[in-house]
Amino acid sequence: MRYLISRRELRLAAAGGALLLFAAAASAQQTPAAPANQVTIDNFAFVPSTLTVPAGTQVVWINHDEEPHTVTSADGGVTFKSPALDTDDKFTFVFAKSGTYKYFCSIHRHMVGTIIVK
Amino acid sequence: MDTQDHDKSGNSRRSILKCMAWAGTGIVWSVAGGVPRSIGLGGDALAATTGFSFVQISDTHIGFKAEANPDPNATLQAALDKIAALPKKPALMIHTGDVTHLSKPEQFDTASQLLKGAKLDTHFVPGEHDVIGDDGKMYFERFGAKGAPAGGWYSFDQNGVHFVALINVIGFGPATGGTLGKEQLEWLEKDLKGKTASTPIVVMAHIPLWPIYAQWGWTTGDAEQAFGYLKRFGSVTVLNGHIHQVVQKVEGKVSFQTARSTAFPIPVAGEGPGPGPMNVPAEKLKSVLGIRDIIYAPTTGLAITDSTLSS
Repeated sequence: MRYLISRRELRLAAAGGALLLFAAAASAQQTPAAPANQVTIDNFAFVPSTLTVPAGTQVVWINHDEEPHTVTSADGGVTFKSPALDTDDKFTFVFAKSGTYKYFCSIHRHMVGTIIVK
Repeated sequence: MDTQDHDKSGNSRRSILKCMAWAGTGIVWSVAGGVPRSIGLGGDALAATTGFSFVQISDTHIGFKAEANPDPNATLQAALDKIAALPKKPALMIHTGDVTHLSKPEQFDTASQLLKGAKLDTHFVPGEHDVIGDDGKMYFERFGAKGAPAGGWYSFDQNGVHFVALINVIGFGPATGGTLGKEQLEWLEKDLKGKTASTPIVVMAHIPLWPIYAQWGWTTGDAEQAFGYLKRFGSVTVLNGHIHQVVQKVEGKVSFQTARSTAFPIPVAGEGPGPGPMNVPAEKLKSVLGIRDIIYAPTTGLAITDSTLSS
């Protein structure tokens, strides 16, 4: 009897361990490291708010909000200007020259971000 | 009457109302749907005056299709049906912006068509959702006031009440909330100059003209200057949209009012990660959407009634 119980406990423990491993793998899959050229829009914020990339990089913005946003350079959209990005829409821009590029969402103008091109 | 009374937003609103349980100069509170009906202005009293009434709708977001409301056309229609069923036909309707969700031509067309069905003289101001990508070109083509200055702001008079339509959603750089801009403020000063202090003023704009919650952009940076020009008037009523919920405040002779949306609710300031659409159970949706009916009588001023689409 004792032996059976402990075997059962062992099995449960093993199953639990496997579950933990599985959960860890699943969560790693859900939150992969963001590509170095990507900015996501989550809950009315650009993430990361400052992104540093080498010259020539194509930066990708993805809107994860249900609310539309835009990516508009702070010079009033002269340097770059996305259309309205609905949920899961993407916008890309290639930063050819080094410099500091500030941008904002023209719909929610308190949302700001910076791309530093080295 | 209003199920909102029992939810979180109702609580917040009640606490706001506690701070202003008195009526401002020239304003009669008669607010149904979650807030007190403080002073009766019955049908008989109305009939005896030469006043008029008008309605406010806001944030119709035509083109929105997410879970918070898969059919904003139907809820706008429900709002217009409610207006059509009012005991007294309004002299005019105002729309305080976010007519569309994404400033797309087909969204403007659908909105235009639905709103025409109301058969009411309608005066618009744009929301930030109406000016995406083209600084409002498509919006102004359809809903701009004839003869307005280049910026699109305008004013008009109705039965002795002076209406001022301000635009605070166009700006060329980052900012906290709305901006009126120097040019518009100069225009406002001139527009008000010839008016006597006893002229009732109704100001309409999309983003709130007073700080409600700057962290979410619920404020207008340079509105204070506008109120400098308005302070000599005995009765100023400010009607805004943008935040998809009723928030009211009285400061001296100025009464501030934000209206419900006809499309979807947004959380109470600071509750949740951001001012995005808030999902409510489908059967509850109409209890968080609404219209506003405003009755003006020369002797008693403006009486404002907010009602939900379910009431």
